[in-house]
Amino acid sequence: MASISIRDLRKNFGATVAVAGVDLDIADGEFMVLLGPSGSGKTTTLRCIAGLERPDAGDIYIGEVRVNTLSPADRDIAFVFQMFALYPHLSVYNNIAFPLRAQKTPKEEIDRRVREAARVLQIGHLLSRRPSQLSGGEMQRVALGRAMVRRPQAFLMDEPLSTLDAKLREEMRAELKRLQADLKATTVYVTHDQVEAMSMADRIAVMHNGLLQQVGTPGEIYDRPATLFVAHFVGSPGMNFIPCRLSEDNGALIAERAGFRLPLAQPPAEEVVEQARGRALVLGVRPEDVAVSMEGGGNFLPAEVYVVEPLGSENIVDLKVGEQVIRAKTAPTFKPPMGALAYFRIDQERMHLFDRETERALR
Amino acid sequence: MPSIVYRLLSTRTLALALVLVALLFYLFPIVWLLGTSLKAPRDVSAMPPKLVFKPTLHNYARVFLAAGQTAGATEFPRRLMNSVIVSAFSTVLAVFLGTFAAYAFSRFPMRGKDDLLFFVLSTRMLPPVAIVIPVFLMYRDWGLRDTYLGLILLYTVFNMAFAVWMMKGFMDEIPRDYEEAAMCDGYSRARAFFKVVLPQAVPAMAATAVFCLITAWNEFTFALVLTGAETRTAPPEIVGKIRPEGIQWGEVAASGFVMLLPVLIFTFLVRNHILRGVTFGAVRR
Repeated sequence: MASISIRDLRKNFGATVAVAGVDLDIADGEFMVLLGPSGSGKTTTLRCIAGLERPDAGDIYIGEVRVNTLSPADRDIAFVFQMFALYPHLSVYNNIAFPLRAQKTPKEEIDRRVREAARVLQIGHLLSRRPSQLSGGEMQRVALGRAMVRRPQAFLMDEPLSTLDAKLREEMRAELKRLQADLKATTVYVTHDQVEAMSMADRIAVMHNGLLQQVGTPGEIYDRPATLFVAHFVGSPGMNFIPCRLSEDNGALIAERAGFRLPLAQPPAEEVVEQARGRALVLGVRPEDVAVSMEGGGNFLPAEVYVVEPLGSENIVDLKVGEQVIRAKTAPTFKPPMGALAYFRIDQERMHLFDRETERALR
Repeated sequence: MPSIVYRLLSTRTLALALVLVALLFYLFPIVWLLGTSLKAPRDVSAMPPKLVFKPTLHNYARVFLAAGQTAGATEFPRRLMNSVIVSAFSTVLAVFLGTFAAYAFSRFPMRGKDDLLFFVLSTRMLPPVAIVIPVFLMYRDWGLRDTYLGLILLYTVFNMAFAVWMMKGFMDEIPRDYEEAAMCDGYSRARAFFKVVLPQAVPAMAATAVFCLITAWNEFTFALVLTGAETRTAPPEIVGKIRPEGIQWGEVAASGFVMLLPVLIFTFLVRNHILRGVTFGAVRR
């Protein structure tokens, strides 16, 4: 296995900018997830690493080798495709053996390694079948078998779970993570599903409009989003955004917009206040960091219960404060009637301030 | 009563009836051809046509066996062999070159791709007869007249336009994922093409081959003008049965029926592929 480095990668398709300058270092054995909506450039970045696209500019290193000019075949990587791309005219056995045959591996060695991979993935009983006779989950395993049998420098995966149904996707998610850890395989995994990213990644690289927004552990991405986009894209239900300005009232800081006034109990750090002064801001707070109660008092603020969505394990309560709707995650037993007066409190230690113009978090 | 009408008109029955009508329509000339080929000369032109007659292989004997003292074979088997050689080589060439070209057109960005494709197609827009004389002169100067190579080249060119366009459609249907997967698995693009793309293109190639074969097999005009004693193919030979002393309908029918067989056999052999070939891409994979 090897590390992967990307330096100022750029790629356009005609007038469309797919990747607009990406720098990324992926450590040996790391599970890196490229997360972003469609059109964010994540798949193009992955295909550039594989050599399936030729970058317009920038360098790609796999291990110590600059691979820009190498063909996919010479990069020693394995690619798992969204649609699996199992060769329909070959049996499962021959599909898995296919990469080994390219290297002219001796017959006994091929047989040993194909059976070993099949054992690990529990597809030993499928070896003589054709891909058309497999279920989605089985195809997925065969595709993984074909990728791991050669022991490549890195695994590149392009939304490999997106065609599976929800239940199976959950199972495969855990299995894939376990497999990656067992193989200590450097993995670059592309997905638009933030749950997949959060649950599997060692680190997540969030992409938007061909640019990296933030690279960090799932915890960092979730708890300290660097931009409005990251804050918006990760988390379900999404973060509440409250456009506001900071004002000072008798030395106390207040986040304010029409019909909404939030006195800041613990004023943010000096630098943040400095940056925020006079700027249009966005205050972000996750639904689980909003506490709701039917009784006021303390620093609870009044609001109207707009709608309640029970999800079984929790309820999502939409509160209306003036024009602003704030979503809160509550216990499943909390079911206030619509239109009732309720009180809420924002956990100010866990809220985020963004500059509305630059969309960057103020720290 | 109405229930019987409904049953008769049920979709299944209706479909079956339509198929029967179509079969009658298409098979009648062939049955008539076979019938005529088995009739004695005086039965052939009998009026009204004889539906019941005593079958004879007389016509087939005339076609294949030389008459008189110099017993032996006629020229016809050789002509058939020439047809086989020319058609087979030109079909294989057209299908393979067409497949390679179609792959290139389908996969690689190229300047003026649409114009090039249109140019390929435009070679079929001229009636072939219009270029018989120039081709004849050209072939005479280049020594290609009365050679297998000459006819093979010509038929290959005729069929290329069809092969390229047909295969282009099929190639577009084969997802790039397969060859990209193969390239990531350690194969060069060329090896990926042969190992992964070509096997999937076989049904399409079979379907294309049948059409190319039929075109080459039946070609008459150029075969008549460009071949001589050595390389004459079967179609001009059959027309030779139309002699000043009368048209030997029985012999024409017999040779025509023999002409049918090779194409029939080939089509029968690749029938499964053809079905997959023509319905390719119609079903979601």
